[in-house]
Amino acid sequence: MSEVIKHTLDPSKWVDAHSDYLFNYTITRVDSQELAKDIVQETFFSGLKAMKNFRGQAAERTWLISILKRKIIDHYRKINSARGKAEVKVNFYEEGDKKGSWLEERVPQQWGNEAEKNIENTELKGTLDNCIQNLPEKYRTVFLLKNVQQYETEEICNELGITASNLWVIIHRARHQLRKCMEDNWFAK
Amino acid sequence: MGLKLFISCDEATTICTKNQYKEASFLEKVKLNIHLLNCKICGLYSKQNTKLTDMCNTHLQKPDCEQKMGDADKEALKLKLKEFGK
Repeated sequence: MSEVIKHTLDPSKWVDAHSDYLFNYTITRVDSQELAKDIVQETFFSGLKAMKNFRGQAAERTWLISILKRKIIDHYRKINSARGKAEVKVNFYEEGDKKGSWLEERVPQQWGNEAEKNIENTELKGTLDNCIQNLPEKYRTVFLLKNVQQYETEEICNELGITASNLWVIIHRARHQLRKCMEDNWFAK
Repeated sequence: MGLKLFISCDEATTICTKNQYKEASFLEKVKLNIHLLNCKICGLYSKQNTKLTDMCNTHLQKPDCEQKMGDADKEALKLKLKEFGK
């Protein structure tokens, strides 16, 4: 007969036992340290409020992480409705005969001095970092989750509560903006 | 026939981006290549998009250490939790 372990909660030890783990989890998914701290704090508060619903089936940390995940999705819902829209420039005609064709002012230009501007260059890293910082938060997060954390598409969709086609639109626009930013600030100089 | 082989520049560049992550389907790649036969602008975009991937692969790396919350922040958080629990 296997014995079922009944897990318990001990809020007085939460901060020492879990705050680093939760913070590290959050910081890769949101914009700033401050925001990550706030979300961790809210997670603990919600945990306290919901303690009576804890049935002891999951470990304490797993239970807290499930609350944290909801908080992160909520955060994305919020920025999506508030100011996530229309922050990235449009690159193509949106209606009419030319729908889906390049807008003239957004057509990529030849990068004339490509050969001498080696991509290993450390100054290039600075320009690239700046361009990424200039992306709207939602675009930056999705782009970084995909490129730096190398998450699977499905994972990102689940965590941020978006669909796969949403995700590709976001990455598509983020990369358009990055390309343009590198063109203007690196290759044009 | 619902099969549409000719796509717009907007669609072509989206597929090009998916392809940077090796996530474009076979049919999508066929459509992209047909589009690229006729569209120099997307050809240039495609080349630069690949270069962007190289730049990102060269310069963007995962931070190798775990990020931690500062001790002062932790103490403040403990106090707030205590207050909240009352």
